[in-house]
Amino acid sequence: MLSIKNLHASIEGTPILRGINLEVKPGEVHAIMGPNGSGKSTLASVLAGREEYEVTEGEVSFLGKDLLELAPEDRAREGVFLAFQYPVEIPGVSSTNFLRTAVNQVREYRGLDALDAVKFLTIMKEKMKLVEIDQKLLSRSLNEGFSGGEKKRNEIFQMAMLEPKLAILDETDSGLDIDALRVVSNGVNKLKSPDNATIVVTHYQRLLDYIVPDYVHVLYKGRIVKSGTKELALELEEKGYDWIKEEVDAAV
Amino acid sequence: MSKDNQILEEFTSKDYEHGWSVDMEVDEAPLGLNEDIIRWISAKKEEPQWLLDWRLKAFKTWETMSEPEWANVTYPKIDLQSLRYYSAPKKSNKPKSLNEIDPELLQIYERLGISLNEQKKLQGIAVDAVLDSVSVGTTFKDTLSKLGIVFCSFSEAVKEHPELVKKYLGSVVPTTDNYYAALNSAVFSDGSFCYIPSGVRCPMELSTYFRINAANTGQFERTLIVAEEGSYVSYLEGCTAPQRDENQLHAAVVEIYAAKDAEVKYSTVQNWFPGDKNGKGGIYNFVTKRGICAGDNSKISWTQVETGSAVTWKYPSCILKGDNSIGEFYSVAVTNNYQQADTGTKMIHIGKNTKSRIVSKGISAGKSQNSYRGQVQVMKRATNARNFSQCDSLLMGDKCGAHTFPYIDIQNSTAKVEHEATTSKIGEDQIFYCNQRGISTEDAVALIVNGYAKEVLNQLPMEFAVEAQKLLALTLEGSVG
Amino acid sequence: MTTITKHKITDLFLQNKPLTQNFENLRKMGLETLEIKGLPALKEEEYKFTQISKRLDQQITNFKAAQPASLNKELIQKAIFEGFEGDIIVFNNGEFVPTLSTVSHQNYSFSLLSDSKSEILGSIAKVENDPFVALNNLSFKDGAFISVPKGKKVEKPIFLLHFNQANQGQVINQRVLIDVAESAEVTFLENTISLDEEVYFSNSVVEVRVAQNSHAHYYRLQNENRKAIVVNNFVTDIHRDATFTSVATQLQGGMLRNNLTMNLLDSGCEGNMYGLYLLNGKTHVDNHTNVDHTKPHADSNELYKGILADSSRGVFNGKIFVRQDAQKTNAFQQNNNILLSEEAIINTKPQLEIWADDVKCSHGCTTGQLDEEALFYLQARGIGKEQARGLLLFAFAGEVMEHISYEPFQLYCTNLIQERLGSKF
Repeated sequence: MLSIKNLHASIEGTPILRGINLEVKPGEVHAIMGPNGSGKSTLASVLAGREEYEVTEGEVSFLGKDLLELAPEDRAREGVFLAFQYPVEIPGVSSTNFLRTAVNQVREYRGLDALDAVKFLTIMKEKMKLVEIDQKLLSRSLNEGFSGGEKKRNEIFQMAMLEPKLAILDETDSGLDIDALRVVSNGVNKLKSPDNATIVVTHYQRLLDYIVPDYVHVLYKGRIVKSGTKELALELEEKGYDWIKEEVDAAV
Repeated sequence: MSKDNQILEEFTSKDYEHGWSVDMEVDEAPLGLNEDIIRWISAKKEEPQWLLDWRLKAFKTWETMSEPEWANVTYPKIDLQSLRYYSAPKKSNKPKSLNEIDPELLQIYERLGISLNEQKKLQGIAVDAVLDSVSVGTTFKDTLSKLGIVFCSFSEAVKEHPELVKKYLGSVVPTTDNYYAALNSAVFSDGSFCYIPSGVRCPMELSTYFRINAANTGQFERTLIVAEEGSYVSYLEGCTAPQRDENQLHAAVVEIYAAKDAEVKYSTVQNWFPGDKNGKGGIYNFVTKRGICAGDNSKISWTQVETGSAVTWKYPSCILKGDNSIGEFYSVAVTNNYQQADTGTKMIHIGKNTKSRIVSKGISAGKSQNSYRGQVQVMKRATNARNFSQCDSLLMGDKCGAHTFPYIDIQNSTAKVEHEATTSKIGEDQIFYCNQRGISTEDAVALIVNGYAKEVLNQLPMEFAVEAQKLLALTLEGSVG
Repeated sequence: MTTITKHKITDLFLQNKPLTQNFENLRKMGLETLEIKGLPALKEEEYKFTQISKRLDQQITNFKAAQPASLNKELIQKAIFEGFEGDIIVFNNGEFVPTLSTVSHQNYSFSLLSDSKSEILGSIAKVENDPFVALNNLSFKDGAFISVPKGKKVEKPIFLLHFNQANQGQVINQRVLIDVAESAEVTFLENTISLDEEVYFSNSVVEVRVAQNSHAHYYRLQNENRKAIVVNNFVTDIHRDATFTSVATQLQGGMLRNNLTMNLLDSGCEGNMYGLYLLNGKTHVDNHTNVDHTKPHADSNELYKGILADSSRGVFNGKIFVRQDAQKTNAFQQNNNILLSEEAIINTKPQLEIWADDVKCSHGCTTGQLDEEALFYLQARGIGKEQARGLLLFAFAGEVMEHISYEPFQLYCTNLIQERLGSKF
């Protein structure tokens, strides 16, 4: 589904990603971990098409298309979803209105008719249950005055509405208390299917108790320096990142 | 330059939609400003002596005044002697009914989306169309007159309801009020007049549509609205002008009088030509608008969506004289390219338990400057006065400016005055977030800007709100990143 | 009448022998600061409306540390409110009382400060922040240390219960240090009970470290006797992705001064400050809050509300700093006051200092009387004037109370408020 080959990216001339290789197949969950500043969030942003990052080398194909050639909105319409680390507030625009615009533009791109208000609301109500989100929240301005937990829940709700093929969760667990973490993870797990894939970018190992990954990758200095299964995450929890850093730094 | 600003740049280079003009035969005054010109205008309009005297007195006062310089705008001195103070379409001097209006004129308005044909007209809005210096037609006059409502051009009102005009003209904005108001009083050529008798609730929106067509001409119209005891009216005003290289002056005066228990809602969508993207041309919009809540429990509400003009200087105000009277001001002011706006309101609390509410939303893009200037004054006698002010500024890009000048003057300790202000930047982040959900950049901008301005747009009558929404998106199209 | 000069204070407390080397260091720092600055002078900006030094001069006749009062189980039972379940840590004039406390150590640990090896004591509440921190450094004998280990959630709240009683106006020194480790969660409740109606001076310092991704809540009730002079310095360091929420309910005291500081040290963190002061008689309450945004993407919310009757006085000063690096900050502050009498005074001063350019900050403050129109509306529906007044004031106060997420405590505070508003208030 997603194939990343030798991806290099920099911001304002400073290289952040220095040759990422990653293959993601339908139905898989990949966790990307790593110490602060290793490039985790950059990878998520580059895949979604954030403009400050310049791709200097390498290629990314998504369902056979050159992802890097596509505008951010077209990536989204093709089925790439990014759950933001810091969801953005848009005053005066209700979540409902926002999502309806988004859903219908995505449908238009895929050659489907726009949803009318009734149908849209029916689907919305159904998906709301997934993340236990309150309808009142959705009639308020998008993310404005939401607590940290509400913002992250809203991200997963949007993901449910947009039904992406590839979901990238950028530190969706950061700042959540245990109850909220449970709700958010439940939502993500319920949305899992053999046809879609998930990349979970996280700073805290705790998330992986709730979302079980098929693969764990450790990102350090812009490269994936170690890949493994869930056991790798447990090892990291126990020993921290220093042993990996040492291994890598010694090899250089 | 970052991508962010590139998008902004593209956005701000959008053309003005109403920039065309029509060649037609006109009847115009010679260039320049002096007593003779004023006599010429007055004679042309066959005015009574008292009105000529009133004009001349205003002119005398004006001569002693100088241009205000306190506003946060800069523009070259206007040579008032090089302007023409009267220009009217020749053939349409005095249409007796709508059927007699020159088809060429009707076409101008059709092109602007304003139909003067009552059958085709949107239900529920009566229109007075003003082209350059004169009113060319008023719709639904008969329907309204059955209720005793007078809605006609100012010139007509002078002839047919002199007692009303004489009583209220200059009662809210005296000729001595300020430089531009004095100038307007001396040379005003036409405008709208509206009178709602006691106890009548005007069944439709009344609307004036102003259009400047001729070159080198200033537009000086005057609007007077009188709402008698217990009456209600909602009034709309729209305006456009052709795209020309030179600046044109528009100095209007609007006066509103609200008697006991009366309510007047005044909405403006101002879309005068703003100048091109290099700041060339455009209208200087120097307008004095003021209403007086003269009677107890009366209410005046101003709503404005300001997207046009090169320079705007405008402070729709309320004098809250009657006890329990209410003044409101809702404003969205958008500036782009080299536009400058210094706008806001004055709320003067005189009566007891008077309330005012100010919601101002400024949006600046390009290299424009946008200032909010507002004054809340609570006089000694005004016990339990309340004011709530909220002024928000939204910046797009890093070359524009937003400024806030709130003045609060309280002379009564029971007053409750609240002020809230925010400044925020519309950013790449918001756009990218929308993009990531599959929404195109253009739609994202429209979504964000309309969301920001929602509180004000909600105050507009429905048809107008839709127009205003489009206009906002259009003014800023392509402009954000 | 004594005159409290800086020398006198230092002399008084130098007799104590510090328990640890760390305490000794802190004392030294406190001493140096006090010798230079002394206690706030009459015209000092930070204490302009709260002349605490003057009040201390006039009323604290016996300026030395108070000895423990006599406590018993019944007093503890009386202080426990309906529905409460959890651990109680009891302090007697600032000193921990093991026999009356229940400390389960379930998912947290408790020890005396002198037994703890924590090195962060004194690094969160700094002597330069406030002269009373310096004074506390100099005078506390021992204190409490509570830590929550990584990834643990303390399921039930920890209740810090203080009993104060000082003969002839003595000084009560309190010191608490709280350390919440990564991804941990905990809720604290605090209440102070005056054992008699006599004056005392309580000077407390609470330091809290909220490590990355952790969540801490601190709900505090101040309902002391009408002569109590209280200074409280509460300082929190909030780290990456962590959230800290403080709800302060202030009902009574002589002169209360609360300095609440939240240092938002990294991205993704959130600081929430809520406060309600419901004052009558001559109670004087001063809340100085301070939010410091240092890194991008952090949020702060602040809502303080006051209802002032009789000749009470409220002071609110809310500082928000947004440092240059702190782009994408969201900072909100609101202070609303209702004055119920001609003699009541409120001095409110929001103070925003913003160096970053891409931020969302707003502040608002209101001072007014009860909404007469709303009152009339209720009366027109058949509700008696007194009751209608109570109802409206209660609604006004409720907006703060709803932020207490531990229901039994919310109910307890709400009942106290209702009682007050229902009576002659």
